[in-house]
Amino acid sequence: MNLTEEERDICAGKFGPVPQRALKHQTAVGTFFGANDFVPVTQAHIMADTESLGEAGVSWLEELAAAAEGQRGVRIPTITDPRGTDFAKAKFLGQTSAMLSLEQRAIDAFVKLGVVMTNTCINYQTIQAPARNEHVAYGDTGVVIYSNSICGARSNFEGGPSALAAGLTGRTPRYGFHLPEKRSGTLYVHVEFTPVSLNEWGALGGAIGRIAGNYWNVPVIEGIEGAPGSDQLKHFGAAMASFGSVALFHLVGLTPEASRLADVAKPDLPKFRVTNADVHALQDSYRSDDRVDVVVFSAPQLSLYEMRALAELCRGREFAVPLLAVTSPQVKPDADRLGYTRDIEDAGGTVLSGMCFYQSYAREIAEANGWKRLATNSAKMVNILGGYGYRPMLASMEACVDAAESGRLA
Amino acid sequence: MGRTVRGTALVAYDGFSARYDLDRIAGTFSRPTHKLAGQSYIDKILILDTAKGGVASAWMLHEMKSRGVAPRALVFNSVNPILVQGAALADLPMLAGFDEEITKAIPFAAEVEVNPELGILEIISER
Repeated sequence: MNLTEEERDICAGKFGPVPQRALKHQTAVGTFFGANDFVPVTQAHIMADTESLGEAGVSWLEELAAAAEGQRGVRIPTITDPRGTDFAKAKFLGQTSAMLSLEQRAIDAFVKLGVVMTNTCINYQTIQAPARNEHVAYGDTGVVIYSNSICGARSNFEGGPSALAAGLTGRTPRYGFHLPEKRSGTLYVHVEFTPVSLNEWGALGGAIGRIAGNYWNVPVIEGIEGAPGSDQLKHFGAAMASFGSVALFHLVGLTPEASRLADVAKPDLPKFRVTNADVHALQDSYRSDDRVDVVVFSAPQLSLYEMRALAELCRGREFAVPLLAVTSPQVKPDADRLGYTRDIEDAGGTVLSGMCFYQSYAREIAEANGWKRLATNSAKMVNILGGYGYRPMLASMEACVDAAESGRLA
Repeated sequence: MGRTVRGTALVAYDGFSARYDLDRIAGTFSRPTHKLAGQSYIDKILILDTAKGGVASAWMLHEMKSRGVAPRALVFNSVNPILVQGAALADLPMLAGFDEEITKAIPFAAEVEVNPELGILEIISER
């Protein structure tokens, strides 16, 4: 890779061992992908729950954090994805003191590195959405696909170590979706069904993700009626990224790089069609039982509007099985202030903040609580939880709340 | 990326995500619909189609290796940034981008040598 004078100085250790290690890591990744140089980034977002890091990852962070003050801090605003717990609700979840201790050690290390503990995967709704053509280094795949597609920003999937490295050096290797030529469509999808509910938006995203099936594929989509809002597109993109490892899509006439089909698609792209039947077949494929052990709203964290809608559905109910609603630390105080938290919890639900269900030792909390049959309106989550031993089922927010009351999914 | 290693190939035309697909305590593929469900991946050379899912694998490969429950090398038809970033942190050999579909070219359980520097995957012996 071609390095600037400053990058050569970082490599030589002039700014200390922490940025030196970070740039070495980034150079290895950039070289693998044939990057010519680095591109400056304005923000980084780190996925780093301690179930993923384990003792080894936390020790690695602590080693970085032990460097001298002035030689270990991030150079750009660097924020965090959801943590592995909500400390206030850890006992309810059945998390152990060892999990919480590891979590606290990771937080302490991040703070020493200058990382801002925002603990959210909806930073584009709550912290600061990136602008068009802004180069960023974002973690969570749902954040990346939303930022690339809806905001027109430029990011690859940056795993925790690479996002932290970008924070520490203020740059990232210029490859993939930082390059204009990689952002053109590679397949065309005509959608013959415009979803209404969030679970349907997620299922449609999942169906397109399965067709795309590869990080380097960029679906160009036509056929959506009207103009979906942020929460709809959040579920749509998060599921597409989850089912297909997709990082960028274009909705013709809706997303910023695709005013016209010709802006993003050559005429000879492979063509696919997604129907109402395809979307509901995906959803129905997860329907393994009519009884549920737990209802979870998470992945992505709930916006204030989702919390409001959920609160309205919960008002006056009495739940027979646990209902968990997971939101961000930025939304939670408003949900408290506006009475949404009270409505959910008076019915027997639990509002959690700053974590994500599947990033919070999902296997262990299932065993601790006897949770196996799980109902959710998140298509992303049903795709993930099978590997953790759950039998996840996808349904509307309304049907999930009904299931929390009756113990059965209609 | 990484050093040359030899081992037994576990081959499937399916995706790979450390979070979605693995029981990282037992060292097995745990997602019921994965083509390698129930198989141990420890010390195997995984030959799969592509990366799936989220960003957690970037940490998880490092964590798995620290406990001795990691594959010996990863080989893909195509790879996404997360697995490259994870292999870089974990110092795990990785190879991707072949002239042919590598999941068809390598028989299941063959002994293979992965040479990432030269970009070569060689069959040493078939089962």
